[in-house]
Amino acid sequence: MSALLKPRAEPRRDFKYVGKRPVRHDGPDKVTGRANYGADFTLPGMIHGVVVRSPFAHARILSIDTREAEAMPGVKAVITGKDIIENRAQVSMGEGSGDMHDVGENCLAHGKTLYHGHVVAAVAAMTLAQAQAAARLIKVQYEKLTPVLDIESAIAPGAPILHDHLRTEGRAAGAPDGPTNIAARAVLERGSLEQGFAAADLVIEREFRTRMVHQGYIEPHACVARYSPDGQVFIWCSTQGPFQVRGACAAVLGMDLGRIKVVPSEIGGGFGGKTTIYLEPLAVALSRKASLPVKMVMTREEVLRATGPTPGSRTRVKMGMKKDGRLTAASVTMHCDSGAFAGLAHRSTAMCCLSAYRIPNFFIESHSVLTNKPKVAAYRAPGAPMAMFPVESLLDEFAQKLGMDPIDLRLLNAMEEGDAAPYGPKYGPIGFRETLLAAKGHPHWSAPLKPNQGRGVAAGFWFNAGLNSSAVVTLDADGSAAVVTGNPDIGGTRAAQAQMVAEELDIPVERVRPSVGDTDSVGYTDVTGGSRVCFATGMAVIQAAEDVRRQLCARAAKIWNVEAEAVTWSEGAAHPPAGSDKKPLTLKELAAQMARTGGPIIGRASLSAPAAGPAFAVNICDLEVDKETGVSRVVRYTAIQDAGKAVHPSYVEGQMQGGAAQGIGWALNEEYRFDAEGKMENASFLDYRMPVASDLPMIDTVIVEVPNPTHPYGVRGVGEVPIVPPLGAVANAMARAIGVRFTELPLSPMRVLEGLNQG
Amino acid sequence: MSRLHVETTVNGEAAEFLCEAQENLLTALRDRLGLTGSKEGCGTGDCGACSVLLDGRLVPSCLVLAAEARDRQVTTIEGMAQGGKLHVLQQKFLEHAALQCGICTPGFIVAAKALLDRNPDPSEEEVRYWLAGNLCRCTGYDKIIRAVLDSAAELRKEIA
Amino acid sequence: MAVVHFPNDWRVHTGGVAQLDVAAPRVQELYDELTRRFPGLGAGLEKAAVVINGDIYNEAPYHKLEAGTEIHFVPRIAGG
Repeated sequence: MSALLKPRAEPRRDFKYVGKRPVRHDGPDKVTGRANYGADFTLPGMIHGVVVRSPFAHARILSIDTREAEAMPGVKAVITGKDIIENRAQVSMGEGSGDMHDVGENCLAHGKTLYHGHVVAAVAAMTLAQAQAAARLIKVQYEKLTPVLDIESAIAPGAPILHDHLRTEGRAAGAPDGPTNIAARAVLERGSLEQGFAAADLVIEREFRTRMVHQGYIEPHACVARYSPDGQVFIWCSTQGPFQVRGACAAVLGMDLGRIKVVPSEIGGGFGGKTTIYLEPLAVALSRKASLPVKMVMTREEVLRATGPTPGSRTRVKMGMKKDGRLTAASVTMHCDSGAFAGLAHRSTAMCCLSAYRIPNFFIESHSVLTNKPKVAAYRAPGAPMAMFPVESLLDEFAQKLGMDPIDLRLLNAMEEGDAAPYGPKYGPIGFRETLLAAKGHPHWSAPLKPNQGRGVAAGFWFNAGLNSSAVVTLDADGSAAVVTGNPDIGGTRAAQAQMVAEELDIPVERVRPSVGDTDSVGYTDVTGGSRVCFATGMAVIQAAEDVRRQLCARAAKIWNVEAEAVTWSEGAAHPPAGSDKKPLTLKELAAQMARTGGPIIGRASLSAPAAGPAFAVNICDLEVDKETGVSRVVRYTAIQDAGKAVHPSYVEGQMQGGAAQGIGWALNEEYRFDAEGKMENASFLDYRMPVASDLPMIDTVIVEVPNPTHPYGVRGVGEVPIVPPLGAVANAMARAIGVRFTELPLSPMRVLEGLNQG
Repeated sequence: MSRLHVETTVNGEAAEFLCEAQENLLTALRDRLGLTGSKEGCGTGDCGACSVLLDGRLVPSCLVLAAEARDRQVTTIEGMAQGGKLHVLQQKFLEHAALQCGICTPGFIVAAKALLDRNPDPSEEEVRYWLAGNLCRCTGYDKIIRAVLDSAAELRKEIA
Repeated sequence: MAVVHFPNDWRVHTGGVAQLDVAAPRVQELYDELTRRFPGLGAGLEKAAVVINGDIYNEAPYHKLEAGTEIHFVPRIAGG
């Protein structure tokens, strides 16, 4: 079963295994420390690699002298830009091709270093200490250049230019052509802004700012690479996408895709930050030179200084509303601080910002702007949090001015099935109204507040991706089954896949063994990310299990000597045609006879799924603010989300709670701070302050289920939308608590105190 | 550079290794003794992923010198299950779905054990503050706290 | 006849046309017809995701088109 989906049927509603909460199959290994993550792997003869990073935010590399380093005892290989040709490859990476040059350049600089921490060389030696000592002896001559460190400096006329050849993609007609730091521009419009604002009774205009923030995965990047004399490459790494690692390494190194095998480790968090490559091609290149396997592990400081955060943003929003609460017009102009290479934030920010509300007249313009900071990477619903926060903030302000309940205001304007998204197509069945109503009816919404507490509500949206997935289900003679997919498991998807196989074959969940394969053992599969695994890979798993069922029916037919089409399957058994005197054959009975009825049974499926089931979420946040210190605490939090169909409710709740915590951190504490030279000042977990257990209350969750008709069970992606509402929910709670409305995040104590003092 | 010879007890068993003077206990556990259950998340004592017990005291093993383990008792995640039977905390983490990626889980379980060894009936607030030294980025802590509180209740029942 | 909607920034290539009915059996033939009529569209078509009745595909050249199939184009997005 391959290619596109079967015609849409009404999603299934009754389940035996799906919707339950089995213990996850990888759980025992994880609670005992047995699970192997990126840094937990060794190969015989393995040596250790480290990188040399630029101390300047913007500089030209004049020369690199590696002779002393190469002469050091224990050193087996040193590489610089001359060992990895600057590539021109165009490789499809799910989000589009053409970015491999930038990915390669980011892994190892050639002519210029574009951020503090940009890799200029790497060295491998017998011990880590030897490699570190050798790295210190690599002499790099730089010509310092003036860095640009914020949006305004980057777009100002005469600004220092990062990439001489860069021209703005999607440049406005009439805008100057020529060297620029504005990598791209996206525009969406509808109707007439002039008419829309003229029809408004109330107009609010504000400018919002958010900072770069990091995904914060607890496991630093790590890999082991082995280049064999016959040109075969083995890579073990912590990644969200082994096939992406394979393709990207092949492109960056100019190698044959077919010679590279990537085995993904257990992954200690990713959130989008591990959908790209950093160390892997370097480890391969070092291994090629050293003829030994090379292990490379980042320190936390390296992760923060040099891997991809999400962009910072500056957004000017103007919205018009009638006094009955209906939106008439919106104008959104965004600039995304995207670090040293062209990112894609302009696209999703433009598409998301007005995705939740019916607005007849709008103009949206979003830009990716380059600065001398690390190249941005995806972070959970990339672009949506900072694009929707301003709109959620303005809606709260409108609600206050009109004396309307903020949920009622959203209900009045909420997108519904059949409405046209700002980016064009009509929404299919969506659960925005349902989540708003669930929020309104939740006891949290009407609970009393104490002094210095405020309550904020905000909504969020994410498209949820489809893309390519493959799955294999094999049957064992004892009636148990194994399922293999190509998706590293970050949220509990193996458990969900086992439940799906259990459901399709009617065997207990504990009798299904789910695992993550490598790039040789399962067909091409796109990243674990985009909220797509349960949806798209889940569909492949279901189809592979259906394939097993079809084969079991064919075996029964063989045994009974009837036509295969005459055999039906129900309640875990093959049933003979009506009127037959044969007894049904159970899965277990048929499995035991596989060898004599035709051989082993393998079910397989692969598909290219559309993105078809956007998710909406609504969060309610109670914030208590200490007006003397500016410190605020989340005292109550409720997350409500449309999951379509929750396969394993505990892990859907887990996504909702985890995303809420990340969003709360983004709203209250987290930010990249740079000094005047472009060096990150807070590159440690002490100073890059993420929420800890004592910062948060229990996070209540409500799963709403509006089935997604594209999926046989109604599953909708759930992983990303949870991070979108918290920014607005927290900021709105702050506004209600202290009467000061902030348009800049994070709402750190200093900022809150300044705001209180000015007010 | 001559190495130090360290004799210690890890999870109740005599153990020994050679290490550099400046080597930390986390590195010795992982690279010298092959006990990779303790993780490095930060190397600066801020994330708790390397949590172990040293003579029953909760420590970040990335900030303890390997040599400090000499003649002392080290307890790691690998020593939590007894004779193939999971510790109550490990069982409750599974039941409550208190883990997703699982990288922080060993550190949390060791840290929670240290808490319950001292305080068998902690409040939610006490659990949260005790575990404030362990970072989790996946769960938002909710199910972890529930698992620890439930473990405490279960252990109190066992003793009663 | 498929109903094709052009995104704002493509209308400079379509002479301002926002929506067009096009007869084509499959997406590939639709693309061929669109590039024939509006040569400037070529690069954009290659890089965009195609939306067929609300379902977003990175690429679906052999998807059959029926009467009234709604076609939109959006940037390719995956996620994180």
